[in-house]
Amino acid sequence: MASIISVGHLSKTYRLGAIGGGTLQEDFARWWARIRRKPDPSSGIGHDHRTRQTGNVFRALEDVSFEVDEGEVLGVVGRNGAGKSTLLKILSQVTAPTSGRVVMHGRVASLLEVGTGFHPELTGRENVFLNGAILGMTKAEIRSKFDEIVAFSECAAFIDTPVKRYSSGMSVRLAFAVAAHLEPEILIVDEVLAVGDAQFQHKCLGRMSEVSRGGRTVLFVSHNMGAVRRLCKRSVLLDGGRVRSIGPSDDAIAEYLGGATASSALWRRTEPAPASSDICLEEVSLRNSAGELTSAFASTEPVFVTIAAKARVRTRPMQITFRLTNAEGIVVFTSANTDEGHALVALDEGTRQFRVEIPALFLSAGSYHVEVAAHVPRETLFDFVDSIHFSVEDTWAAVRHDLLGVVTPQLTWTAFSGSANVSRHLHPTHGISVGSDAHNR
Amino acid sequence: MSTTVASLQNPPEPVSGGRSAAIPPTVITAERSWFDWRLKQLWRYRDLIALFVWRDFVSVYKQTILGPAWHIIRPLFTTVIFTVVFGQIAGLSTDGAPKFLFYMVGNVAWTYFASSLDNTAKTFVANAPLFGKVYFHRLVIPVSLVISNLVAFGIQFGILLTVMGIYHFSGQQIHLTMWLLWLPVLLAMLAGYSLGAGIIICAMTARYRDLSYLVTFGIQSLMYVTPVIYPSSTIPEKFQWLIRLNPLTPIFEGFRLALLGVGSVTAAQLGLSFAAMLVLLVAGLLLFTRVERTFMDTV
Repeated sequence: MASIISVGHLSKTYRLGAIGGGTLQEDFARWWARIRRKPDPSSGIGHDHRTRQTGNVFRALEDVSFEVDEGEVLGVVGRNGAGKSTLLKILSQVTAPTSGRVVMHGRVASLLEVGTGFHPELTGRENVFLNGAILGMTKAEIRSKFDEIVAFSECAAFIDTPVKRYSSGMSVRLAFAVAAHLEPEILIVDEVLAVGDAQFQHKCLGRMSEVSRGGRTVLFVSHNMGAVRRLCKRSVLLDGGRVRSIGPSDDAIAEYLGGATASSALWRRTEPAPASSDICLEEVSLRNSAGELTSAFASTEPVFVTIAAKARVRTRPMQITFRLTNAEGIVVFTSANTDEGHALVALDEGTRQFRVEIPALFLSAGSYHVEVAAHVPRETLFDFVDSIHFSVEDTWAAVRHDLLGVVTPQLTWTAFSGSANVSRHLHPTHGISVGSDAHNR
Repeated sequence: MSTTVASLQNPPEPVSGGRSAAIPPTVITAERSWFDWRLKQLWRYRDLIALFVWRDFVSVYKQTILGPAWHIIRPLFTTVIFTVVFGQIAGLSTDGAPKFLFYMVGNVAWTYFASSLDNTAKTFVANAPLFGKVYFHRLVIPVSLVISNLVAFGIQFGILLTVMGIYHFSGQQIHLTMWLLWLPVLLAMLAGYSLGAGIIICAMTARYRDLSYLVTFGIQSLMYVTPVIYPSSTIPEKFQWLIRLNPLTPIFEGFRLALLGVGSVTAAQLGLSFAAMLVLLVAGLLLFTRVERTFMDTV
């Protein structure tokens, strides 16, 4: 039997509100009340004392079963809250399941985070040993791979410097280098690749496919659909704690993208607007080109942001703005209804709809946060909505997913024949020299 | 370095004998036996224990100006205070031993016990970020803490011996006894007690956060009901049974009997204390095993 990991009927429930059970005093009061046959002082009014056991239960995972074959790289995809992290935590033995069973054959190493246990005061060399041992390597193993690790991390010059003096990029590189040289039979990887600069990420992905080619079994959890597609033949799609489908990665990804009509794609005013505000936002939503609500977009399709605002009276000159922030907290851009006219505009009384198109092949793969405001800049904020999120999955051809940059727009490239100075075409006056000679050497 | 390119040319190599007999399959289930202590697995993590011990030692002095000197200054300073407050002002008996040495022996042994108990009791809370991200045998941390403190004890014990040497060469009588041979056992018992009690408290703090506030206070109080700063002989006859109930009493009496020749302890008392320590350790392991698996859900 070739299955190296078998997960059977795995469930995990969390008790909301009852976590930790509170304080000694509370438990003592409960115990004292029980002795005197009085109601439990900590339970809510109208609940009996069994509420704690039966009450608010959150099912993070429900009856999850799958098998992983030896040497297979299995992707695990799903939206936030689908249970990916919980599954990983159970497989990594960070926490125990509520029911079910997992059997894994061979050494297991899990990478839920890069650089776990790095100590800032210790040098790079010292941290390599410490981190390696935390991840399950013996001292001898680390010693034998030390040079490789240092070379991979590109930190050789600073290896005897305390890690606190490292840039964040350097410590991530060093940490990943250690992790990349683990040699377990089973490797469980969370979205650690979402760290470091893109060039290093590329290197990490390369290392990952190398590891899998070496015959090791990898369980790879990621939001990066491009990476999942490249690394994994088969993927598990989790949804609401359950396995929605297991199959070829392309199918799972397609299903994931199709099914993501999250609540985060729509905000609608539920409570009456404050009477003090001249204008307020009524609805903000994200739609695809078919006009359907969705929070997951392919990089090849445009994203439509629709905004409805209702003015009680004719407003002062103002603007409606929306701002896009990526997962790193970088503002990708800000756009307003007044951008073209260069001046604030007054809006008439009544409801007004706006639709903004973010073109296809513009945003990089990743998750984004949308904030919408109705305001007079630096003066009055009428209304503000910040609960809209969406993600872009890379679905473009293989050459694009390695592109670096906050945005990855598709620009127009024009080819010229001959060895003519290109700048002449752009600037007939020879006015601007690009000055790239030094780089070209 | 040239990772992708190289690997593209190599045909996939199946792992031969990947499921080596040395590694039993990892089985994860909801319930785990109270007795599933996995001590063999703990042994496999010995390198990690060693590295943690070394990290604790190195990182402490890297952050301070005086560095390892703190290991020397602290016990000396506390001993001076004890000598002045308890020896001079309160005038407590030292059973005829030089006051400074009497307090130093008690203090060095107590410091070891108290700090390793305090550290191990905070295992889960202090290491939550680590435990939340990676699995290794959870006892690695408490065990490494008890050993780290042993290093500090070693340094302080060295200073104690130096001070005793100074006393000796300045003409004072030092009564070393054959009980010296028992010192390793006494020390191991202190380690066992701090580990056992530490992991019990640590397991209980998973449920009762208040306990972590009690620990420091509790350890301080415990010192006064243990013959650390006074010999058990100063306790009136009718309360002797009370101090004998404290299983730590024979250990501290033993330390002084070995190094200073004062103290009352019998092999039988020590044997009983040892048995009590084993019970405590087993209780600790049972509780720790129960709590360890889901502790991360409650942090």
